[in-house]
Amino acid sequence: MSDLNNMTAAESAATKAAVMNQVPGPEIEGQSPLHHADLASLAKQGPKTSGVHLRELKLLGHLTLRCNPANADQLAAVERVLGVALPLQPLTSSENGNYSIRWMSPDEWLILVPGLETFDIETKFRDEMPGHYSLVNSSGGSTVLELSGENVVELLKKATPIDLHAKSFPVGKVVSTLLAKSTATIRRTGDQRFELVIRRSFSDYIWLWIQDASLEFGLVVEA
Amino acid sequence: MLRINCPFCGIRDEEEFDCGGEAHVTRPENPANLSDDEWSHYLFNKVNTKGILLERWRHTYGCRQWFNMARHTVSHEIIEIYPMGSFPSFNGMNVENVVKEVEA
Repeated sequence: MSDLNNMTAAESAATKAAVMNQVPGPEIEGQSPLHHADLASLAKQGPKTSGVHLRELKLLGHLTLRCNPANADQLAAVERVLGVALPLQPLTSSENGNYSIRWMSPDEWLILVPGLETFDIETKFRDEMPGHYSLVNSSGGSTVLELSGENVVELLKKATPIDLHAKSFPVGKVVSTLLAKSTATIRRTGDQRFELVIRRSFSDYIWLWIQDASLEFGLVVEA
Repeated sequence: MLRINCPFCGIRDEEEFDCGGEAHVTRPENPANLSDDEWSHYLFNKVNTKGILLERWRHTYGCRQWFNMARHTVSHEIIEIYPMGSFPSFNGMNVENVVKEVEA
């Protein structure tokens, strides 16, 4: 077998995986794992000011990329597709408009893109990426919550062992950790704003936990 | 609660990690040729040192990477964290003997 990292263009083309568009189109309504919670209605009814704000960034495209960080050709291909370089430093992220990349492990990254662009991006990766790599559309496996507000750090402190002080957790930092006994990939997107990538099967539990843990601060649901 | 210095993520709480048992236990090359006693010795008999033990750990809920750790099983002091496939470098114990003891 030839070395997967030194394949000829023909060999590389022969390894192309079949790519399926998992989103039928904009005319068919998708349902997020928190569909049953009807956050849109809650956003209309509930309070407008409080210590914690919650918004679901639903139906985004989640792409899990595994490749070789020492392969300059692969790094260049990622930059051609997304317009931004892979964050090679552990616990960092990078973004370009609606595209964002999170460091997950030394050879793994989580890329979030707008849901309807997922198929295009995936197809571009298949065309551009040389050598041995893996790209999996994991959109159905998780959802994204955005927590913000003046008490957001106090809220998260109740449930995660991570030090959230701005000195050790600056904007842009990413950690995969435990959140209220479930797992979450937490990224700081602002001084008082965090983005949580959570498992879809735990999303209802996390939603219930957030409601309970935010009682003392008040919770605003944003649509 | 241990505070473990993941080689990739830095210091994190023990609850994010799983212990994978003793390190440097080599799988026999031809398991089919072993007697039941020899196979069960490989599977189940560990040195279980009271003192410094070489262990495998994984940052399960973080970066999911494996690494080795030299840990004192009484004081819980973490003496060294070192990559998979290598041996610890700290002084104060004969590492080769420890590894032999694990493999014996």
